[in-house]
Amino acid sequence: MSVTPEPPPTTAPTKAPNPPDEPTGAGLFSLILRRQSIVVILVALLGSVLIGAALIRYQGVSPWYAYQTIFKEALLVDGGLTRTLLKTAPLILTGLAVVIPLRVGLFNIGGQGQFVISAAVAGVTAYAARGAGFGALIIGLLVGVLVGAMWASIAALLKTWRGVHEVITTIMLNNIAAGIIWWMVTTGPGAFKNTSQIPMTGPIDKAAWMPTIAGIPLGFVIAAALAILCGWMLSRTTMGFRFDTVGKNKFAAGYAGIPINRVILLSMVLAGGLAGLAGAMEVHGVMHHFEPAIGGTLGFDGITIALLARSNPIWTIPAAFLVGILRTGAAGLQFATGIAPEIVDLILAITLLLVSIPVLGRWIFRSRADKVQAAATSWGN
Amino acid sequence: MAAWIQRNKFSVILGVVVLVLAYIYYFSDKTTALSMYRYAWTYAVPLVLCALVGVIGERSGVVNIGIEGQLLVSAFAGFFGAAYSGSLIVGILSGVGCGLILGGFLAWTTVKWRMDQIIAGVVLNIVATGITSFYYKPGQLLPALMPHWSIPGLSSIPLIGEVFFKGTGVIALIAIIAVFGIHFALFKTTWGLRTRAIGEYPSAADTAGINVITMRLVNVTLAGALAGLAGVFLSMDSTSSFERGMSAGRGFLALAIMIFGAWRPLRAAAAALFFGFVTAAASQLQADQVINVPPQLVGTLPYVLTLVVLAVAAGRVRAPGAVGQPFVKEGK
Amino acid sequence: MSTPANDGTQPRGIPTEGTPTEYDPTVPEVDTSEEHLAAIVTNEEILALPAEVSGFGAGNVGEVILDVKNLSKSFGSVHANKDITLQVRRGEIVALLGENGAGKSTLMNQIFGLITPDTGEVTIKGDKTPIKDPKDAISRGIGMVHQHFQLVPVMTVAENVMLGHETTKGGVLDLDTARAMVRELSEKHNLAVDPDADVEDLPVGTQQRVEIVKALSRKVDLLILDEPTAVLTPQETDELLGVMRDLANGGTSIVFITHKLREVLAVADHVYVLRHGAVVGEVTDIANTTTTDLATMMVGRSVVLNVEKDAATPGEVVLQIENLHVKDDRNLGAVNGFDLQVRAGEIVGVAGVEGNGQRELVEALAGMRKVVSGTMRLGDLDLTKANPYQTHHAGVGHIPEDREKHGLVGAYSIADNLVLNEYDQEPFAKSGVRQFDKIRAYAEKLREEFDIRSSGVGQSAGSLSGGNKQKVVVARELSFGPKLLMAAQPTRGVDVGSIEFIHKRIVAARDGGAGVLLVSAELDEILSLADRIAVVHGGKVVKEMAAEGADRAEIGRLMAGDH
Repeated sequence: MSVTPEPPPTTAPTKAPNPPDEPTGAGLFSLILRRQSIVVILVALLGSVLIGAALIRYQGVSPWYAYQTIFKEALLVDGGLTRTLLKTAPLILTGLAVVIPLRVGLFNIGGQGQFVISAAVAGVTAYAARGAGFGALIIGLLVGVLVGAMWASIAALLKTWRGVHEVITTIMLNNIAAGIIWWMVTTGPGAFKNTSQIPMTGPIDKAAWMPTIAGIPLGFVIAAALAILCGWMLSRTTMGFRFDTVGKNKFAAGYAGIPINRVILLSMVLAGGLAGLAGAMEVHGVMHHFEPAIGGTLGFDGITIALLARSNPIWTIPAAFLVGILRTGAAGLQFATGIAPEIVDLILAITLLLVSIPVLGRWIFRSRADKVQAAATSWGN
Repeated sequence: MAAWIQRNKFSVILGVVVLVLAYIYYFSDKTTALSMYRYAWTYAVPLVLCALVGVIGERSGVVNIGIEGQLLVSAFAGFFGAAYSGSLIVGILSGVGCGLILGGFLAWTTVKWRMDQIIAGVVLNIVATGITSFYYKPGQLLPALMPHWSIPGLSSIPLIGEVFFKGTGVIALIAIIAVFGIHFALFKTTWGLRTRAIGEYPSAADTAGINVITMRLVNVTLAGALAGLAGVFLSMDSTSSFERGMSAGRGFLALAIMIFGAWRPLRAAAAALFFGFVTAAASQLQADQVINVPPQLVGTLPYVLTLVVLAVAAGRVRAPGAVGQPFVKEGK
Repeated sequence: MSTPANDGTQPRGIPTEGTPTEYDPTVPEVDTSEEHLAAIVTNEEILALPAEVSGFGAGNVGEVILDVKNLSKSFGSVHANKDITLQVRRGEIVALLGENGAGKSTLMNQIFGLITPDTGEVTIKGDKTPIKDPKDAISRGIGMVHQHFQLVPVMTVAENVMLGHETTKGGVLDLDTARAMVRELSEKHNLAVDPDADVEDLPVGTQQRVEIVKALSRKVDLLILDEPTAVLTPQETDELLGVMRDLANGGTSIVFITHKLREVLAVADHVYVLRHGAVVGEVTDIANTTTTDLATMMVGRSVVLNVEKDAATPGEVVLQIENLHVKDDRNLGAVNGFDLQVRAGEIVGVAGVEGNGQRELVEALAGMRKVVSGTMRLGDLDLTKANPYQTHHAGVGHIPEDREKHGLVGAYSIADNLVLNEYDQEPFAKSGVRQFDKIRAYAEKLREEFDIRSSGVGQSAGSLSGGNKQKVVVARELSFGPKLLMAAQPTRGVDVGSIEFIHKRIVAARDGGAGVLLVSAELDEILSLADRIAVVHGGKVVKEMAAEGADRAEIGRLMAGDH
């Protein structure tokens, strides 16, 4: 039933102040929360450094010496920075490949498969295009982007048409991609006879290599630029608004007429394209051919980077740089101390663990105002 | 009966196809056929156990993407535990123990701390890969082979007896018992009713006086023991070695099997057998050169099959209502 | 004191004017004389029961089942309950009356053990031990039927009833005993339910009966019903009130939480009125109390119970719905041949109990749900196959039934929510790039105009109160100048101040030339706002009529399907 008050007084009513029992200062709380998240990341990093130190000490090596060696190898040694940036570039891209779908509410664990299959096809194509000089580079990169986008779209279509959860499909596609690329270089179209035991595609022309200018690889510049572009897109464009809305409340997105399936597909296509670009860049910029071990765990590192970057594209740059330092330095670490480079896998896994528990535990750091609201409106009034 | 067949058209068709193929093989070349079926069962055992882990978890309302990690770490712990201690029992206990610990980790972070369940599972898998890769040492050996027996009486049943009860190990037998046991428990006992309630509509259980949080914690943790057994089976029974990444996605195949089996243990077991049979048949056909597909591509068959199965099953089966949502007691 | 009519067939007539009692906090002396008993006993049927059941008898003065003293509960800075003191005696029906947000449910959730009080004492049948959790409350004889049913949809009635106190035979679940128990309770209390039906297949009224049977299957001295009639037809409501009366006469005390004044007067023995978390009034002389008295106590100022509006001047037909068919989420027919017209400058109220296709109708009109057959036209435009984007930009405003799910993105700021439907239009975006300053300016304007109480337009919408959230939605949907405004349950869960505001704005939109389609389960809202009423049942319009002079009882019958 509706009620109305008595007719209002003849003097102009003053604006009602906020009633004392309404949540105030929620804006302030959000700010603290945002700052809090950065603190949380730093604490997590510190934690993983300490745990890493313990693991290194357990191997009988001084952690301080180990970390020093890693940093020296990655940054100070001649050509170290270039190698680190070479490693950072694809990590930025595979990080973006997780971040963008995450904003839409999807988990793209398929970066590894998208990366690897694009690299394989790019390698085969670039080799086939030898003689085309610089053109082979353009073709290779384009092919990488397209193949990655297509590979990711399989998972996206399974999700939009059949509602299958993308975590399982992207992981299955990783495994399928692995099988395909092995076939390609052993008995398939890419196989190239070579003196070593490793199956691989043929070498690409030097003209198709990605250049390094003044110690900075072109790949890094491209990747960083793309990260900034993605950040701008997500926060300032209407397309970014659509992505965020679908990710935050897909029902409201439907109400607002946002084409949810198209957004899902687009986000995965972008992600796959970026991961594919990383694969092609690895072929053209680092190995100059394709072999199955290319890139190693780049795809999975992308997950860690996306979480370290708190789902913000621009922050993938420093996060990827950090991981790049660890990976590049690990080779020097093995040389100097005998510790296997897989220790970086372990340290990164622990970092991921420490970062993900509070940052993505939605409820722990929810602002007090939200808690109040939830309590006041749940279970009826 | 007719209505049941109508509702389960797809599974019935698959079942018929499988039976026909099996029958043909059996009557043309019995020895190869039997070895093929036994391979299928051996392939299916860890899948069955892991699918049960998924069923228990999701019926309680918790998604477990980390079964793969539990499997891998348990395989690692079992193998190296046995190799270093010289005792198979120690290996088995380490494996099961790791399954429980990781199950407990997943349970605690997702149920108590309300961490996103998918991320918790993904993180678990990555940590599992990291640990097992770094601490891997080649050249280790099991102290002995796992004992195999033939169950008197049961092993003389034609076909079924020869596959399931002849020369079988303890874990495979536990798997069979677990399937029937958990099915019974889930649908016929108080624990089962409450578990299903907390997975479908936890607040109804809460207001009925059931402790949702505790039940979820206990269920998910204890289910980890099954994953532990699966891992031990993988590195100590079906093979006698540990290789890095040897779980090879089985934890995810198990999830697809769970979905295909509509979160029911018996159907999931049938789905696992189906996967096993198809894999065995494919490699047999490839070995016999009946089909001419390169071996690496044949190896992708289980993964492709998973995609197909999921695409088909989606929309036909219904997940427990509250799966994936953290349970929050308001107020307090 | 007169006995309330308790044959359960019709609500009592509204008695003559009287003044509400003042709140008297003094505690009466215990006096066991006959006169005193007769004076305080609010339900004389109780005196006829044997002493063990009624709690009355020599030395035993109307056993107090529930005694709440100075109970307070706060969530952060929100004081949900302030120093509440109340009592429930055996065989009494106590109504907890208050508007949305007054703290009624919070209070009862503490009695049921779902929430722990901050301060105060709760005594149940003389036992002062604090209530730990629902299991504890149940074991002490308290049962609760929640506003949102706590039933597992895929399970049967028997399984739901047995949950938590399962009967087993040799370790195996014993469903036969559960079924028998359900049938027995069902017959005893006149609550027809089939023990083997799947709950999700049952209509809402039956589901509620299941909830009550579930509560009664445990030994219950006090049954709490939270807004039980929200989803019932007038017929079902009367049946329920009858069941409540029978239970009370049988010795089960009842606390029923409601904001519906008529029901309170129809069945309660004793009323506590809550406002902003505190008890502001207590009424025992029900016979001499009016709905106006109760409303005044609920809101705290003199209230007039109707929206002031001029007569409507309807113009051209804005919305034309012809033979519309729409399916629900379970692929069953929800809208089955719906015909309706809405003209510019008029408010058409669609009256009906929830679950008769209203939700699916509005979603289809908004473009959120597929139309199976039939047409809907906005003026000349055929919107049958339009999506929400197209519908909105054709001039349809939509205040959705579920503001949390569809109407707002809680994580977004108020500003972003205010442009949710126009985010890609000038001036809020140019060539795909968003113009934040323009958005902010627009949001500030609307915040001012619609009195959205917040700390700024940057505040997240999820942290606003229900009323303010709804104001954001209403502001958004009214401000782009729609030709047709669809308002579904626009004041559900909203405080009275915001209700008044929203109703005024809807009338203002009508007066500005928009056609308004109002869908509400609150008959009073329809009666006061609408110019024309269409009663819906089973997915189609069963009768249309002018709101002026409409017969409440007839509408109630039509809503129940009696036509």
